[in-house]
Amino acid sequence: MGLARCHVCGMSCESDGTDASARRCGRCGAPLHGVRGDRMGASWALLLAALICYVPANVMPVMYTQLLGRGSENTILQGVAEFWRSGSYGIALVIFVASVAVPCTKFMSLGLLLIGAQYKTPWKRRERAVLYRLVEVVGYWSMLDVLVVAVVAALVKFRALGDVEPRVGILFFGAVVILTMLSAMQFDPRLTWCGDDR
Amino acid sequence: MTTSTLPSLVICEHCDSVYHRAPLTRGQRARCALCGASLYRHSRASPETILALSIASAIVFLIANVYPVVEISLQGMANGATLWQAVLAMASGEAAPIAVPVALCVIIVPGLQIGLLGWISAYATAGRPAPGGIGIMRFLALLRPWSMIEVCVVGILVSIIKLWSLAHVSPGEGMWAVGALMVLLPLIAGRDLRVLWETFDARPSEPSSAP
Ligand SMILES: [Zn+2]
Ligand SMILES: [Zn+2]
Repeated sequence: MGLARCHVCGMSCESDGTDASARRCGRCGAPLHGVRGDRMGASWALLLAALICYVPANVMPVMYTQLLGRGSENTILQGVAEFWRSGSYGIALVIFVASVAVPCTKFMSLGLLLIGAQYKTPWKRRERAVLYRLVEVVGYWSMLDVLVVAVVAALVKFRALGDVEPRVGILFFGAVVILTMLSAMQFDPRLTWCGDDR
Repeated sequence: MTTSTLPSLVICEHCDSVYHRAPLTRGQRARCALCGASLYRHSRASPETILALSIASAIVFLIANVYPVVEISLQGMANGATLWQAVLAMASGEAAPIAVPVALCVIIVPGLQIGLLGWISAYATAGRPAPGGIGIMRFLALLRPWSMIEVCVVGILVSIIKLWSLAHVSPGEGMWAVGALMVLLPLIAGRDLRVLWETFDARPSEPSSAP
């Protein structure tokens, strides 16, 4: 009953008191929690905010490119299409996966995990546990697009000859990555195993 | 109320199943029978190894910050970009706030991880818990998800390919350092910092105050 894992240092702790709010890890002093069902609202809210930011992230340009006097603005998908047309299929695929496939999979996975936890369903628990770990491992790779814009913008600084500047779309895209990461952190994976048929 | 620690037990982070800790051999990993999550691995790294790797990482980190990671030449004009210049390029214009997370993920968080792990492991090597150590260890757990050196390496490579057709681009000296950091950092700043946490166990158990 009083046995719990410290979420900070991983130590197994046993406390003999009944006052759950005062339980702290015997090694590092972090508060010991049971399953954090109370954070689901925050997880939903962050996921929704990420979903909203994903619209301007795709619609608005992420980069302004000026070469020999000709300037143009590009969205993420236009950038992918450009790579594809020029024959760099591998790079087009890498950017497509990082900027479209990963965020969309994350939205759906987190939504599925949250709904499953809400209804305490025993449906495919093991698969849902794997899904959560996948979201954790893959999630931050979406930052790739932001870093590409940063490096290219820093590199192409030749005034009239050529210039690259970031545009507001990349700010929204960065917000999507950060918000989905925070949403995944608010979700307690132990929720998947709550309910009947344990 | 008292809280006792039970180092012989392992509780799964992802489903709360409880196991007895069994010794592992080299390369083995214990997994949770219920949910399949990794419980713990055979730990190869001693505090001395972590200290040595922290020092190596610190040197490589400095090189990565000082030298350009990519170089470009266009019609006789040459330019290079360091990590800091990449951050600064984001800091102007309408998307300026994004410079803060970029600086955190590729420079500040990895730098803090290296410095703090060096501090903890130096004391651990001497067999003592580091001053402020528990707070630092908790801070390191907080930092871990925001360290993105490997994403940075792929980002630099994609940038090189992106500009390939327009100009002559090549990786700079800093690129090799960032690449080395991508290998070194996960070795010391991984998920399982048990070896370092254990230095805080070694103290003789002080009697906990009961109410
Ligand atoms: Zn703890
Ligand atoms: Zn488990």
